[in-house]
Amino acid sequence: MNRGLPCLLSAMLVLAACQREERDTRPQSVLGSGDQPAAVTALEPGGQRPASSDNKAGVFEANAFHLSEGKRLFNWFNCSGCHANGGGGMGPALMDQKWLYGSSIESIHATIRDGRPNGMPSFRDKIPDDQIWELAAFVRALSGNAPKSAAPSRDDDMMPHPSENRLPDAATLGKSP
Amino acid sequence: MAAMLGWTLLAGFALVTTAVAQSTSSFAINPPSAAAPPDDGQWAMPAKNYASTRYSELAEITEDNVKNLQVAFTFSTGVNKGQEAAPLVVGNTMYIVTPFPNILYALDLTKPGAPMKWKFEPNPEPAAQGVACCDVVNRGAVFFDGRIYFNTLDGHTIAVDAATGKPVWNTHIGNINIGETITMAPLVVKGKVLVGNSGGEMGVRGWIKALDAGDGHVVWTAYNTGPDAEVLIGPDFKPHYDMDKGKDLGVTSWPPDAWKIGGGNVWGWISYDPDLNLIFHGTGNPGPWNPDLRPGDNKWTAGIFARDPDTGAAKWFYQWTPHDLHDYDGINEQVLLDMTWQGKLRKVLVRPERNGYVYLLDRTTGEVLSAVPFGPVNSSKGVDLKTGRLIVNPDKKTGTGKVVRDICPTASGLKDWQPSAFSPKTGLLYIPHNNMCMDEEGVEVNYIAGTPYVGMNVRMIPGPGGNRGAFTAWDVAAAKPAWSLKENFPVWSGAVATAGNVVFYGTMEGWFKAVSARTGALLWQFKTSSGIIGQPITYRGPDGHQYVAVLSGVGGWAGAIVSGDLDPRDATAALGFVNVMKDLKDVTTPGGTLYVFRLP
Ligand code: HEC
Repeated sequence: MNRGLPCLLSAMLVLAACQREERDTRPQSVLGSGDQPAAVTALEPGGQRPASSDNKAGVFEANAFHLSEGKRLFNWFNCSGCHANGGGGMGPALMDQKWLYGSSIESIHATIRDGRPNGMPSFRDKIPDDQIWELAAFVRALSGNAPKSAAPSRDDDMMPHPSENRLPDAATLGKSP
Repeated sequence: MAAMLGWTLLAGFALVTTAVAQSTSSFAINPPSAAAPPDDGQWAMPAKNYASTRYSELAEITEDNVKNLQVAFTFSTGVNKGQEAAPLVVGNTMYIVTPFPNILYALDLTKPGAPMKWKFEPNPEPAAQGVACCDVVNRGAVFFDGRIYFNTLDGHTIAVDAATGKPVWNTHIGNINIGETITMAPLVVKGKVLVGNSGGEMGVRGWIKALDAGDGHVVWTAYNTGPDAEVLIGPDFKPHYDMDKGKDLGVTSWPPDAWKIGGGNVWGWISYDPDLNLIFHGTGNPGPWNPDLRPGDNKWTAGIFARDPDTGAAKWFYQWTPHDLHDYDGINEQVLLDMTWQGKLRKVLVRPERNGYVYLLDRTTGEVLSAVPFGPVNSSKGVDLKTGRLIVNPDKKTGTGKVVRDICPTASGLKDWQPSAFSPKTGLLYIPHNNMCMDEEGVEVNYIAGTPYVGMNVRMIPGPGGNRGAFTAWDVAAAKPAWSLKENFPVWSGAVATAGNVVFYGTMEGWFKAVSARTGALLWQFKTSSGIIGQPITYRGPDGHQYVAVLSGVGGWAGAIVSGDLDPRDATAALGFVNVMKDLKDVTTPGGTLYVFRLP
């Protein structure tokens, strides 16, 4: 088989194009700024990668002020229009133990920032990053995933359900401990 | 309690009044023949005909033999969301359109088991699911001149060749990024496909468009808020009541610019009178729900327009619910009838309305002849027939920071979209409906395009008597109920009436029921795989026999708790509907199956 001919032809083509296309043989290994990696799936061929955590997570997750701000913003940015007070509507329930895109604060932060394909809008250009963390922390409180001492303890409006600091951990709901 | 209710339902039915409408038979009440031609045994549009009677002249299935009805074939739609559509039957083919992703199927009725002839998948944008207020439903397709026309959730109207399933045209008319979706069934009138948008909970400005059936280009667009020029209000516009007269009311009856995000959507039913050359369509609720944010009458929301189908020009308008306080969309079906009213022959339209009244309107002028509640109503005290105005009950007025309790009916109305049927044989209108009340609290809300614009916390509860639904036969001539059946859940399915004096409807538990058109007596029932919220139809099959078809598959606003797997612990979930449907998850699961029945 004659290998020479195709090589010659391709060399001629490259010459004809005058300029050689640039190839980045070593792509950047770090993500662009502001794009924290959040696992979209638990499936990782060959074994799970250690969960990456964002250092903002800890700052926001157990902080009563941030949680109560998250509760206020949940109405302010119309999250409640689609998710009601956690029971869901146009969007899924957020107070149950079922998570489509992960229950970690990092995953929820990514959900709010980037949106999700079946109708969760991206709020990237609408909500400052720290407020997205406050919202994410509050979303976790809806399924009982916030310290009781920090979760909001009252509703100023018509009561949809017991206040967040009294909501049970959805993962153990209906199961004996 | 639940067991007892189940027992009562099985044992028979509850009669509210026992008077049977025999007296009406001396009055002939008929749809205008131009809008309801003699029955050809097909079912080419969801409402059966332009008069929207949902009545079939087929009479093989009767009060006597309906008890023998059995399943002829079934078909899985492959989509487990609320199935609100009416199947269509044209020639030897049945057509069904599913909820999102809006798959259109054609089934061959000539072959055993009705195998699939073709399917057409429009692949709508998945993100549309997030901006559909109340499940991702579709209310059906329509057949016209060799083509099937239907809408997709992400705002496309599509024409498909009925024989081959190949798309002919596809016009993009709705924008999901401002919260616009399309859920209604189109109607084709004089070669124009009439389509309106949904989005009253997202601050979407309502419109109706006419698309050319041939190539899909937009012939006219009429908005339901804004300046007269855009509402297509011109010299021909002659509303009956003073409250609807004046220049640019679609602007001046709102705070500055609020009409731009004010709702008034067209997501329900359209009727057509060929003699008058008028189409009739309702308009949805004003947005946001919190009325404090939009002082004024909020024209032209929560009302009804008569328009010229050729140009869209408005002829008259009537507002069921000026300055709506409770999400009383005005989009229900209007049944066109000719009848004697107080000694005079009148061209009327009958409208069981969301705000709780059965209206009788003169369809040439928009004058209200009568408005009588068909169930418990306390949000208003009647309709002033002089001014045409709904008399609002000040005790049930909602507003920011105020919780108002026990408002009847709910935001979903005494009756929502679920269409009624009229039998000229009995003079009765068969109304599937709700019986619920609610607590409401107005709250502040920001307008963010493409997100909900509601501003109301809602919590629904069962209405008086505890039955959340009812199926009422309304004596049109006497303007009072002839009989009414109680149902545990809202009756969210449509109805169909037949010349065999059998009326069909479905329940959210999944029962498909046949009742006597005269007395309401339960004659037959069949338990389908999921709750029924679809529109039953009946047709003559290729073998010459009568068939009855319905889609089973719970969902819609009422069934969102099941189809959307919502959490019953939140009283405000699904805009407050979940609170009154907490037990629905215990009795049914999502589904999507066509059932077709015939006599042995
Ligand atoms: C227009 C409606 C809408 C609005 C507004 C909205 N969401 Fe969502 N949301 C959705 C839908 C629909 C999904 C499901 C997306 C999917 O399945 O791909 C979702 C998903 C989510 C999820 C992921 C749930 C899971 O199981 O993984 C979270 C968390 C969430 N939303 C939080 C929020 C917050 C916080 C806000 C306000 C900043 C918000 N949403 C505003 C519709 C909305």
